[in-house]
Amino acid sequence: MLAGAAACGGTTKQSTQNSDQGGAKATGSANPNAPLKKGLKLAFLPKQVNNPYETIVDDAGIAAAKEYGGQAKEVGPSDASASSQVSYINTLIQQRQDAILIAANDPNAVCGPLKQAMGRKIAVVSYDSDAAKDCRNLFVNQASSEEIGRSEVRLTSQLVGGKGKIAILSATANATNQNTWISFMKDELKKPQYQGLDLVKVAYGDDDDQKSFQQTQGLLQAYPDLKAIIAPTTVGIAAAARYVSASKYKGKVAVTGLGTPNQMRKFVKDGTVTKFELWDPKNLGYLASYAAASLASGRISGKQGETFAAGKLGKRTIGKDGEIILGPPTVFTKDNIDDYHF
Amino acid sequence: MAAETPVRERSRTEPPVRRAGALVRWDVIVAVLLVAVFAVGAGTTGDFATADNLSFALDDLTEIALIALPMTLLVVAAEVDLSVASVLGLSSALLGALWDAGWAIETIIPLVVLVGAGCGLVNGVLVTRLGLPSLAVTIGTMTLYRGLAYVLLGTNAVSEFPQAYADLATGAFPGTPFPYPFVLFVLLAVVTAVVLHATGVGRALFAMGANQEAAFFAGIRVKRIKLLLFVLAGVVSAFAGVVYTLRYGSARADNAYGLELAVIAAVLVGGVDFNGGKGTLGGVVAGVLIIGLLRNLLMLRDVSTEIQSMVTGLLLIVSVLTPRSRHVQTSLRRRRAGARAGGRGRVRRHDEAVDAEQ
Repeated sequence: MLAGAAACGGTTKQSTQNSDQGGAKATGSANPNAPLKKGLKLAFLPKQVNNPYETIVDDAGIAAAKEYGGQAKEVGPSDASASSQVSYINTLIQQRQDAILIAANDPNAVCGPLKQAMGRKIAVVSYDSDAAKDCRNLFVNQASSEEIGRSEVRLTSQLVGGKGKIAILSATANATNQNTWISFMKDELKKPQYQGLDLVKVAYGDDDDQKSFQQTQGLLQAYPDLKAIIAPTTVGIAAAARYVSASKYKGKVAVTGLGTPNQMRKFVKDGTVTKFELWDPKNLGYLASYAAASLASGRISGKQGETFAAGKLGKRTIGKDGEIILGPPTVFTKDNIDDYHF
Repeated sequence: MAAETPVRERSRTEPPVRRAGALVRWDVIVAVLLVAVFAVGAGTTGDFATADNLSFALDDLTEIALIALPMTLLVVAAEVDLSVASVLGLSSALLGALWDAGWAIETIIPLVVLVGAGCGLVNGVLVTRLGLPSLAVTIGTMTLYRGLAYVLLGTNAVSEFPQAYADLATGAFPGTPFPYPFVLFVLLAVVTAVVLHATGVGRALFAMGANQEAAFFAGIRVKRIKLLLFVLAGVVSAFAGVVYTLRYGSARADNAYGLELAVIAAVLVGGVDFNGGKGTLGGVVAGVLIIGLLRNLLMLRDVSTEIQSMVTGLLLIVSVLTPRSRHVQTSLRRRRAGARAGGRGRVRRHDEAVDAEQ
């Protein structure tokens, strides 16, 4: 059944690369003065449900929808896999949602159905973890990826005094955002002021608490002289801190990365964790919600330079490749952590 | 001779109603349930019974449905293969690695299927020639093949496969809402049904599943047939890996992680006895469809993913329990009676007799 065409040697990667790979679409014209439509149906599709971080983002987005008279909901798989997100996208298309907001588990695997959704005039906004550029209208980026990656290294270097072995505990091996940050971390580490830092391993806890815990244990067994673990994922940092706080490594190994204040409060107070950072996930969900509504209402079309009002966050501008950046991350320490509750 | 006692016993102690109930086979019940789910879905959820949605639902089932076919044959023959999803992952990873290296897809696909056959052969040899239990062997190869997939592709994802092939994996058969892979499944299901229910090979599978030794002494080449079944499972799983990769446009080592359990669930929901010797392919097809449609319907109704898994889990337990309910009731009653009589040994003898009869 797969009797292909092609004469000499068949279909190869090279022979298909010449074909058009499309760019960001940005179809139609936008009317910046159009009001936000009432009763818009929005669906948040996180990497997985029951992930505390994604729940905060989505809940804030759902609350924002109430401000402009829309209805939003969160649906999604219990495992962070691309294929199960695809089933949900198809379902959302059937339900004729006005906008789909997705944190993609794999930038390409969700591409086909997202294109179908856009083909049916559904606004597609990625947030937290991007889908391939031509498969969504907008990407709401929590912070510039570069800033996150580089600041993690700065933070870690401060914590370990600029010297020693460090390891990264990431989410899934294909998570778009984590991989981008890690590539910027690696780039930052090349700078002369960080030559004392030695990145020995990138481990993957798959955003699963148990697995992240075991990976931390494994890292410390393999590298007993490890000085710091950077976990650029909220699941990973909490699991790593939990392991370290109850082990002989407490106080010897710095745990840092991206975490939520509520999750990390007790580890900051017991001295396991000194500093970690995060953007405000509530604002991420809020901004994504407004971006999706503006798109679905025809206020913006996704072109670079278009602006829209994002409620309490004020006016926002669409950057290159349909990206909207939330802002720089906040560093949490024992001095300010009690000011944040999420 | 052992069989005579329980038969007499049963006719003496069981009311005729219960015996009549046993005449309704589980696979028929599943088929009725399937129709019921469809009717409820169409009646309550506007977006359910549309060609578009059913096409999605079937698309989602592709790999489970394909692999369920050889899995049915294996389970009927009292074997199981837990490595199928890992073979799928290995096939996906190999496809990705070779595609990335610039190979032609027309070369890669047959090669990948051949590697799948090799994986199945390893399972089969370990089970039939070394006499190891398939559950243990395939738990081992499940990890082994998944590991190989990671060796090949690491944690990378390869994408951008040729559109013509992606269309074959996702497009609908002209004029129908049925995706191409599902049409393929229907054809293969018909072939499998004929083999299982209308040929000597099929009868041999049931005989092997019911009593391997008796089948052997009846002249059935038990080992050779089982070896072929494992190879078949490998081939189909590898092919399912090709379909999966093209369908999602992403070759990854972790593709279809955990899918083996969904496949086995579908086979058991379809009424195939996990101990072998009993089952119908029609039941399995109904089992696959009911799991898929139920999931799709629950998703459309915004039922959370936890409740979805619970529903599937309950369905599985009911499906394993119902055909045996007579057996379970009998043994419970015997156990109580035995406890009253105070004779443990007697209870055990009864249970064994019932087991032998089952």
